[in-house]
Amino acid sequence: MSQPLVRLREQEPSASRHTLSVLVENKPGVLVRIAGLFSRRGFNIDSLAVGPTEHHEYSRMTIVVNCAEHPLEQVTKQLNKLINVLKIVELETSVSVQRELLLVKVRADAETRSRVLETVALFRAKVVDVAQDAVTVEATGNRDKLDALIRVLEPFGIKELVQSGMVALGRGSKSITDRALRPIERTAGGSAQ
Amino acid sequence: MKETLAMTDQTTTTVGSRGGTTGPPRQGQAPSPRDLAARAPANQAAPSPGPRRPGDESGGAAPVTMTGAQALVAALEQLGVDVVFGIPGGAILPAYDPLFDSRKVRHILVRHEQGAGHAAAGYAQVSGRPGVCIATSGPGATNLVTPLADAYMDSVPVVAITGQVASTLIGTDGFQEADIAGITLPVTKHNFLVTEAGDIARTVAEAFHVAATGRPGPVLVDIAKDALQARTQFRWPVPFELPGYRPVIRPHSRQVREAAKMMMAARRPVLYVGGGVIKAGASKELLTLAELTGMPVVTTLMARGAFPSSHKQNLGMPGMHGKVAAVGALQKADLLVALGARFDDRVTGRLDTFAPGAAVVHADIDPAEISKNRHAEVPIVGDCREVIIELITAIRGEQEAGEQGDLSAWWSQLDALRATYPLGYDQPDDGSLAPQYVIERIGKLAGPDAVYVAGVGQHQMWAAQFIEHEHPRHWLNSGGLGTMGYAVPAAMGAKVGAPESAVWAIDGDGCFQMTNQELATCTVEGIPVKVAIINNGNLGMVRQWQTLFYAERYSHTDLDRMEQGTSTGTRIPDFVKLAEAYGCAGLRCETAADVDKIIQQAMEINDRPVVIDFIVHRDAMVWPMVAAGTSNDDIKVARDMAPDWDVTE
Repeated sequence: MSQPLVRLREQEPSASRHTLSVLVENKPGVLVRIAGLFSRRGFNIDSLAVGPTEHHEYSRMTIVVNCAEHPLEQVTKQLNKLINVLKIVELETSVSVQRELLLVKVRADAETRSRVLETVALFRAKVVDVAQDAVTVEATGNRDKLDALIRVLEPFGIKELVQSGMVALGRGSKSITDRALRPIERTAGGSAQ
Repeated sequence: MKETLAMTDQTTTTVGSRGGTTGPPRQGQAPSPRDLAARAPANQAAPSPGPRRPGDESGGAAPVTMTGAQALVAALEQLGVDVVFGIPGGAILPAYDPLFDSRKVRHILVRHEQGAGHAAAGYAQVSGRPGVCIATSGPGATNLVTPLADAYMDSVPVVAITGQVASTLIGTDGFQEADIAGITLPVTKHNFLVTEAGDIARTVAEAFHVAATGRPGPVLVDIAKDALQARTQFRWPVPFELPGYRPVIRPHSRQVREAAKMMMAARRPVLYVGGGVIKAGASKELLTLAELTGMPVVTTLMARGAFPSSHKQNLGMPGMHGKVAAVGALQKADLLVALGARFDDRVTGRLDTFAPGAAVVHADIDPAEISKNRHAEVPIVGDCREVIIELITAIRGEQEAGEQGDLSAWWSQLDALRATYPLGYDQPDDGSLAPQYVIERIGKLAGPDAVYVAGVGQHQMWAAQFIEHEHPRHWLNSGGLGTMGYAVPAAMGAKVGAPESAVWAIDGDGCFQMTNQELATCTVEGIPVKVAIINNGNLGMVRQWQTLFYAERYSHTDLDRMEQGTSTGTRIPDFVKLAEAYGCAGLRCETAADVDKIIQQAMEINDRPVVIDFIVHRDAMVWPMVAAGTSNDDIKVARDMAPDWDVTE
């Protein structure tokens, strides 16, 4: 359902979806650095969501990429080279909570409204706006659930639809920021003398 | 989103006018940055070149109030910058005023910002210290794009400082506004837009640190005019705010041990040496490693001089125009030990046929290079010098434990290749000059202590092949980007960075016409470079491809009027007259008999730049050659002539 922001190369046959959680400095221009990197290196982004974190100086991006193992390694390494990127972790589906938000405006007149509402209830979604001939539905969930909801609503007539892109957190008590935000030991010298 | 910064003193901010041509210059009463800087920091015992470590603030003296522009110049002084190349203009003008007073920073006024950028790169490549270029906003800044891209591809530490329109004008399409941070995003290691005076000193320090450490590269600092004009507190040293920047220097010891084991077990190993070895200052260590293992060495275009050309283990340059023995060694190897090299397509040829029987140990400071093009069995992330030092220790350990590789069969195979397919060239039938001969003689007469700077094309390849490169940082060229016009300004920067060395630009007549205006800079600023124009009257490398792959249809590669039927170099412009017009000595050489004499003559002129117009044959070609997109196995030693890999002596 979601449209890729960047699609330069045909997907490889072995491609699969990977969710990357990227901790970045909360500074102007960081988003364009990341988006630009994906576009110029020819990596596919399925979705990208960004927002502030529990530390105001850092933002966290959730990037869903569709690629095989080797390109994924390149994506991660190239992202890591960006000066504003602090940490990258891949969030496997089994050990993380992954959610997207969907807002969809569905045709619903007097005749169909009750059936639309029934569907909405089945998906534990909720109606957030009602008009004469349409309702706007808010739903959260994983990709599969939202796709299913869209499929079921489609026959009623979808007037418009917007999605957030996936956000995700690892399960358990640990935080991505735990290690990344420790005082960083400065590196001496470097390779240039 | 921008975090608030502790900027207390913003009261005197003035908004720059469009174009910056109005408003009185700030002069007079304000103490110079030098004085201020001298007053400010108490703990600057031994100012060292290159970026300073982020300091403990405890040692810093009381902050001093000055303008952002003064803070910029003071920061440059504190960072040990002795020279900057640039051109002023509206948005950067505030910075030029305190620069006028600086006794530590020499400003060299170039004629085109591209020249400033390449000069900074040339300076950096000979000295190992970041080169600095300065330009104004808009067109000044966009003229830096090419040299920044060039420095990015070749990992050269360059810091570019550009003026930007006042922060209030940013985004309004103001006069001479260009989003240079956006434009240079893909061609810089990092860049900054500074809109607060209080951020200038820290950002400049960070820029130098990022440019020079890890995998070096260009960093741009774009500073809004009002930030340069505002008053701020200057503190030094200033702590970095780079939480996401942690280059890995020390290699993982387990990987190093694994590599050492493979090196001892290999029967056909090759040390595949790239420019990273030069950047890491690891030539001495490489020599030790090579002699300890007896392994053959190939040095890429960027690594000429990393290992002496005259050393018997040096097989020469691999790649599209590499030596047969060097290319053959890679193709037949059972182990490649890549040190600071990046498996560029010009080295590998068609990737799926490159070194088919080889396992790969890949050491690089940039983890993203490892397994990017070719899978590495043993990846080692770290500074090349550190890696080589640890490899030496590990290999000594293996040797003491009785491991001793036997490479005699491998060497006899390689020696046969080397003996059968040496580098060579034909003298033209018509008695005109062979360009290879000219370059070979310059190399012989100027010797290995001279610095050689090439443009891009045939002359570059011949200079890489036929000059004996003995020392690191004595061979400069545009390897990754292939920037025609690199040679003259880069030679200028190199001469400034290594004033005691003779600096020879080996340039083509096509390249030379792209950036020769910097000869005016060289004359005015007293930078006596020597420029050898290998003048064949056409865009030689392109013509070579037209000869080989486009049925000799010479579409737009001739630089002279064809109807005049010149079989050799162009006379338009007359390079001797042009040289003289620039205040340089202009010499011309048209016959082999004169070559040595004229080179000698040029070597005796040291009070001004010298330009020699070597009129050479137009149809000389660079051999050997691996055609683009083909396998290294299909290398040709001359037209339609393939070598026999299995030749025996």
